[in-house]
Amino acid sequence: MKYQLGKTLKEEFPIFIHHRDLVFLDNAASCQKPKVVLEAMDKLYRTSYANVHRGVYSISEAATNMYEESRVMVAKFINAKTEAEVIFTRNATEALNVAAFSVAELLQPGDEVLLTQLEHHASLVPWQMAAKKHQLKLNFIPVNSEGRLELENIDKIITPRTKVLAITAMSNVTGTVTELDVLIPKAKAAGAIVIIDAAQAVQHLPLDVQALGCDLLAFSGHKIFGPSGVGVLWGKLDLLQKLEPFEYGGNMISEVSYATASFAEPPAKFEAGTPPIAEVIGLGAAIKFVQEIGSEAILEYENDLTAYGLEQLKKVPGLRLIGPADQHLRGPVFAFVMEGVHPHDIASILDGGHCAMPLHKRFGIPATTRASFTIYNSEEDVGALVAGLNKARQLLVM
Amino acid sequence: MDLYQQNILDYYRHPRCNQKITEANYSAEVSNPLCGDRIEIYLQTSGDKIKQAVWQGEGCVLSLAAADMLAEYLQNKSLTAIDTIDKDWIIKTLGVNPSPSRLKCALLPLEALKKSLANN
Ligand SMILES: Cc1ncc(COP(=O)(O)O)c(C=O)c1O
Repeated sequence: MKYQLGKTLKEEFPIFIHHRDLVFLDNAASCQKPKVVLEAMDKLYRTSYANVHRGVYSISEAATNMYEESRVMVAKFINAKTEAEVIFTRNATEALNVAAFSVAELLQPGDEVLLTQLEHHASLVPWQMAAKKHQLKLNFIPVNSEGRLELENIDKIITPRTKVLAITAMSNVTGTVTELDVLIPKAKAAGAIVIIDAAQAVQHLPLDVQALGCDLLAFSGHKIFGPSGVGVLWGKLDLLQKLEPFEYGGNMISEVSYATASFAEPPAKFEAGTPPIAEVIGLGAAIKFVQEIGSEAILEYENDLTAYGLEQLKKVPGLRLIGPADQHLRGPVFAFVMEGVHPHDIASILDGGHCAMPLHKRFGIPATTRASFTIYNSEEDVGALVAGLNKARQLLVM
Repeated sequence: MDLYQQNILDYYRHPRCNQKITEANYSAEVSNPLCGDRIEIYLQTSGDKIKQAVWQGEGCVLSLAAADMLAEYLQNKSLTAIDTIDKDWIIKTLGVNPSPSRLKCALLPLEALKKSLANN
């Protein structure tokens, strides 16, 4: 293997050269960038930068080629049938907005949209708004105390009235991996359009849109070691052809007169205006990096790290972990509360020990602390986290 | 800078003015729903004079220590003394200069205090 996961991999990420003792545990929010990504973007700006899909001049053609190569790489990465199914957006949020508002145009008043109680605001709020606009009914698959979906009554919840299933593949809070293998076939059998929020999953799980059988899938570049400012919406080609564009302007039209315009075919139909050119190219480099490591290798490494994290965190007195107890049902994302210690203090005390971690709101608990791991983290980082937590306890628990 | 200085921890562990009084003539509650911090301030006055200042609530070390330091300072002061208390006073009294996100916690009790006067 070209890359070794864990501590050695930090050598590929300039930020860890700059901050030698940084223990970065906020990877669920955004992760650090390998030098291959920085170099790809730098090279573009230094050698071939121009707007894409415009010029016949050579540097514009070079930039366009690089931009389109990224599309091919994303398509291969998620096993899309054709790269025409890959739309570049600003982030997962924009991709999920496009999905919700464009799909909602196909629905009738009274139609049901099924979500889960694990959804991120980016998956939930666009449907709240679309529901208001189109008089849709929102239903939710409940979550149990372990942070897992409650599937006992699922056959009563998914019915022929269910026109959309919008579901996260992995929770950003509990790390829960949802049962897509069960839910997607049921939703498809009921005739629903299935939209997957893969914003968290993309960093941790192999994604194969054809095997999943979903209709639309969204993720952000910055959570898969790419730059911020670029996201992906994948959709089945025939569905993308049916959907209304979300934004209007340059690049997405085929013919325009003063009175009217006709629209380009996907993906251009959904890429109005100048795209994030360097960011798309950076995302291509990030995906190449991840493919060279291999999604299966990542899964295996992170399963072990998750198991180790669970085991070590369980030993910290007064710590209550949120989310599934079994490492196979979750990713390396640990939200927790500590009896007698406010999450602000945990975050500040850990920051003093170079552990970077945020607070989070969830599950009726005012605030939790979340530590999220990825491929450059190691058991040593779990150790740093546990040491920081014990220090917080010593300082503050009377 | 280490926020968890001995004097701050001392106020956090052994608060002097952490109670509720029923005879308060000024009181207010502020909260930060994002992190779950909540501070209530109560003043019992006689004329212009603060006879007793106390607080209740939950939050992080900084917000609770700042609440207690503030209440302790206010005992037997005049109400007009409150006008002179500002962000810099809190920072000076705590003896640490928190980052902007943590400074919000430290300023929550002062916000409650100013609100209690406005409430009256
Ligand atoms: C599950 C999930 N969905 C959607 C998003 C939104 O991603 P972005 O902010 O990059 O648009 C996030 C990011 O936190 C997420 O974790």
